[in-house]
Amino acid sequence: MKLYGNKKTALLFIAPALLFVLLFIYYPIVQNFFMSLYRWKAFGEDRIWVGLQYYRRIAQDPVFYTALTNNFLYALISIVFQVGFGLVIAAILEETFFRRFQGFFRTVFFMPSVISITVVGLLFQLIYHPSIGLLNNFLKAIGLENLTRAWLGESGSAMYAIIASSQWQYIGYIMLLFLVAIQKIPKELYESAEMDGAGAFQRFIHITVPQVKETIIMNSIITVIGGFKVFDEVYVMTAGGPGRSTEVLATFLYRSGFRNDEMGMASAIASIIFVITFVLTLVQLYINRKIAEE
Amino acid sequence: MSKARRWNLSRALVMLALIIYAILIIYPLLWMLLSGFKDNQGLFLDTWALPKTWIWQNYVDAWNQGIGRYFVNSVIVTVSSVILTLIVSSCAAFALARFEFRGQNILLILIIGGLMLSPQVSLVSLFKFLQKLGIYNTYLALIIPYVAYRIPFTTFLIRSYMLSLPREVEDSAYIDGCTSLQVFAKIIMPMSKPILATGALLAAMSCWNEFMFALVFIESDKYKTIPVGLMNLRGSLSTDWTILMAGLTLSVLPMIIIFLVFQKQLVRGITSGGVKG
Repeated sequence: MKLYGNKKTALLFIAPALLFVLLFIYYPIVQNFFMSLYRWKAFGEDRIWVGLQYYRRIAQDPVFYTALTNNFLYALISIVFQVGFGLVIAAILEETFFRRFQGFFRTVFFMPSVISITVVGLLFQLIYHPSIGLLNNFLKAIGLENLTRAWLGESGSAMYAIIASSQWQYIGYIMLLFLVAIQKIPKELYESAEMDGAGAFQRFIHITVPQVKETIIMNSIITVIGGFKVFDEVYVMTAGGPGRSTEVLATFLYRSGFRNDEMGMASAIASIIFVITFVLTLVQLYINRKIAEE
Repeated sequence: MSKARRWNLSRALVMLALIIYAILIIYPLLWMLLSGFKDNQGLFLDTWALPKTWIWQNYVDAWNQGIGRYFVNSVIVTVSSVILTLIVSSCAAFALARFEFRGQNILLILIIGGLMLSPQVSLVSLFKFLQKLGIYNTYLALIIPYVAYRIPFTTFLIRSYMLSLPREVEDSAYIDGCTSLQVFAKIIMPMSKPILATGALLAAMSCWNEFMFALVFIESDKYKTIPVGLMNLRGSLSTDWTILMAGLTLSVLPMIIIFLVFQKQLVRGITSGGVKG
């Protein structure tokens, strides 16, 4: 049709979006690689070529491996809780018996995902607080006083405490994605299984899980990518401490660049985050395509 | 049929587990809300009780000690970013959904491909780039990156919706002599209202809550948005926890209200994306 035949008009409509994306998403990413090859400061124009020196330094820095381990831990625990529990809760709420309560539980479980991570971080900092905190007060109230501790102040528990707050926030989010996937399963499958005498647990294992297999994979990858991007909650709750025990890649980047003013080093860490998340995203796209082909 | 709706022991146990989980979610939020009405003594001694006297002054203090200013900044940044995102994205979505031309697919991949790239990676170079543009430490230092990072998803969302719209009205408008710009403004945009609302809600949520860019691209207190402002407030209040709790409550209220009112639109957007945050 002639109405949509003019290429120039089309390009005019696309131009603003394209400009934004090219200038503020793609260009900085390309630029970042070059910036990691120089020594430079946050304010000022001087820069000195250092080549791959920062990458070598990162490879020898034990903090880098702490960060990598913490990101990995974050991703792993998030898969178990967000994808695992998210799926189980979604399946329960889609059961005939529980469906009439679904509206209420879905709203409540999802609610934390709309709150900013900063608020959740500050709130949990108070919940974990050694003297005024809810957690220690609760443990005292049920007679488990010997379990009380400064949750964020000890390197043994700090990382787990941060990860726990993130589970609190996001299980409901992943649950919602599963709810939609389960709703798409043909009802006949459940009906015929029920006639064969399959219980709720068997229906879950033999129908729900295989039917939402793709969603499980997708949600796992989203969660893993999220685990390698984490910044806000760590920065807010511990800023990488005590010591450097809760450092993750993004806080390592922030500290190098905006605390120690080694912007080249920060760029090099950013490049490493790019490679990790980009590879994971390619895996996600590949699986997406496989699913679409089926 | 009634068997499926009848209570039994295992159903009661599952129900109990759901209720406990719901309490685990609601209680911390309620604690935050109620502690905002207490004094420190009440917070220490009666952790679990309702406030003895409701100290509304905490909320007033939190507002006056910075939340008010940060709140206004967040509103300015969020509203500008959302409007700009919607305009730019719907134009691009329109061209990509309706026009047919060579190179269309490449442009589509370029724009939506932005979804794959995480903001952390460009934090440093964007910081430098914003300095060069002379907009570091202004509202624009947040608005422009927010818009850029919202465009890929919003365009994707609106384009899929536009593809599902019927073409008949446009055809007859064309016969009546309308140009493509008129068709866009008078037919497509009004028909896309529901998805524009969804896109706006999701964009508003992410801009309101964004922390990392706001931490790095803004230096002066007078331009700071709520998430970073709360960190300042924590520093300056040190042990006035109850005022901090009041501040936290004030800063989440808009999002909780929006969520409760527009739940349906939000859910539709989130489940069509497959991206987190």
